[in-house]
Amino acid sequence: MPQPAESAPATVLSKPTPIRTAAFGLGRLRRASRTERREWLLALILLTPALVMLGLFVAYPFVRGIWLGLLDSVVGREGQFVGLQNYAKLWNDSIFRRTAQNTFIYTGCATFLKLTLGMLVALMLNNLVGFKRILRASMLLPWIVPTVLSTLAWKWMLDPTFSIVNWILYQVGFIRLRVDWLGGPVMAMGSVILVNVWRGTPFFAITLLAGLQTISPDVYEAASIDGANAWQRFWKVTWPLLMPVTMVVVLFSVIQTFADFQLVYILTGGGPANSTHLFATYAYQIGVATGKLGEGAAASLAMFPVLFMVVLFQLWYIRRGEGGKGGA
Amino acid sequence: MAAVAGARWKRWVFLYLPLGAFVVVTLFPFYYMAVTSIRPDQEMYIPWNRPNFAPFWTLRPTLEHFALLFRETLFVRWLLNTLMISTLSTAIALFCGLLAAYALARLRFPMGGTLGSGIFVTYLVPQTLLFIPLGEVIRNFHLGDTPWALILTYPTFLIPFCTWLLMGYFRTIPRELEECAQIDGATRVQAMVRIIFPVAMPGILSAGIFAFTHAWNEFIYALVFLSSAQNKTIPVGVVSELVRGDTFFWGPLMAGALLGSVPVAFIYSFFVEQYVSAMTGAVKG
Repeated sequence: MPQPAESAPATVLSKPTPIRTAAFGLGRLRRASRTERREWLLALILLTPALVMLGLFVAYPFVRGIWLGLLDSVVGREGQFVGLQNYAKLWNDSIFRRTAQNTFIYTGCATFLKLTLGMLVALMLNNLVGFKRILRASMLLPWIVPTVLSTLAWKWMLDPTFSIVNWILYQVGFIRLRVDWLGGPVMAMGSVILVNVWRGTPFFAITLLAGLQTISPDVYEAASIDGANAWQRFWKVTWPLLMPVTMVVVLFSVIQTFADFQLVYILTGGGPANSTHLFATYAYQIGVATGKLGEGAAASLAMFPVLFMVVLFQLWYIRRGEGGKGGA
Repeated sequence: MAAVAGARWKRWVFLYLPLGAFVVVTLFPFYYMAVTSIRPDQEMYIPWNRPNFAPFWTLRPTLEHFALLFRETLFVRWLLNTLMISTLSTAIALFCGLLAAYALARLRFPMGGTLGSGIFVTYLVPQTLLFIPLGEVIRNFHLGDTPWALILTYPTFLIPFCTWLLMGYFRTIPRELEECAQIDGATRVQAMVRIIFPVAMPGILSAGIFAFTHAWNEFIYALVFLSSAQNKTIPVGVVSELVRGDTFFWGPLMAGALLGSVPVAFIYSFFVEQYVSAMTGAVKG
């Protein structure tokens, strides 16, 4: 058993190196050879365009947004510093509270449904022999086409008077009276989630399918020989092996769904009576439509804590995966 | 024999039928978009519960909606705007992403890992978090209501993706390839430009296709940063000019939606494999 004992100090030794690099960067620069320095210079030159773009149009506006959230700016007038007043105002705003609640419900329900459906479709596609490529290609259309444009088609399909969805459901015998898909708060929220699921499921299905295809059939064979049925094979073999892919897909989707704008903007415009707003659409309504820039910036920054935690979790998860690979 | 028949029956119930239903639901909105765009108005506005409501096809197809779209709106202009903005922002993103990815994947320098993570994190920053302060920044730079407002801001969500994807691609190219070139007397930069970039062409193509469709689909920046009708992109133009208050001009709207979707769908149909590999590659990191 000498192996674990040997590998443990190795990790201890290898771990502090990055910290030393960062702390003694200057020292290293002095000690660096000519070729090393040239490599650093080249790296700096190559990274400059990307860093300039991201600095100017992501980092700077972000800092500016934090500052703007502390001002009472209105379009056309310089703002005064008001501290956390914008946030206090939002906290006491019943529409904003509703908005926060909506965003969590929207993200939770839509992500759960997309994962479930996407997984089912991926498993089915993985078992399909022919037609796989053409199905995969046509399935991705909702993901390719501008969301605004496909959502317009949905809005037309869910129109209170001319709804084809109602017509189909009536013909099949599911409904007797018309359903007002976007009329009431609950139905409207449900419709918005439905369209999001329609748009996002292909992404889940295709990426999960790519993950499934990397799992060797031998593993299933071994599990079958051990007497596992399909249900057990999925939960004991597929699900754990697919976990890294699932995790990343879900986190990506959570971020996008949480920060969604287009779908709600087109389908309900946040209505009826401000009951289906998400953070982004409400921030737009305050900041752009009514021109209260400070308050609007604060409303959109309210998304930040959740997004930040998801990103941190994702970074941690990826790092952990890399560490695992490196150690193995 | 019975076992085979049983298996076939099972395949239909658990595989073909649900998959078929899924594909129908997935594609139906596009079909309906197309049918609506050629349906005459008097046929379109019949309530759904009337007996003569024939939703799936039309017997009197018309091009009047397309005619209205081209004659009374600036649709052609919007199409050209979208095309130009998407192409230029994709080009900028590819340029920045290619260089950055090479540095992060191939060169050793202090803080390399931190910078890599930093770029990855900006990939996850949604546009909706920044649109209000970014609008101010755009105005301060005097770019408001010009195509440059989008050409320069779209790369911010395209660069991280391109960098991330190309980094993965560069890592699969053996180091020996450029080492050989350097032994043969090429400089590092020459080896990069002449040897590595051409080998990475499939990766660059994937990243480009993906970036182009993303730029084509962007909405909120275009909505906030542009105001005059002749500067708009297709998604914003269609929504802002064909919806007047509560009145939706459904015929031209669907015609515009269809025509706005066709170019991306067309490009995509040629590069499905590249697109899928970009998408799954982006997720796997």
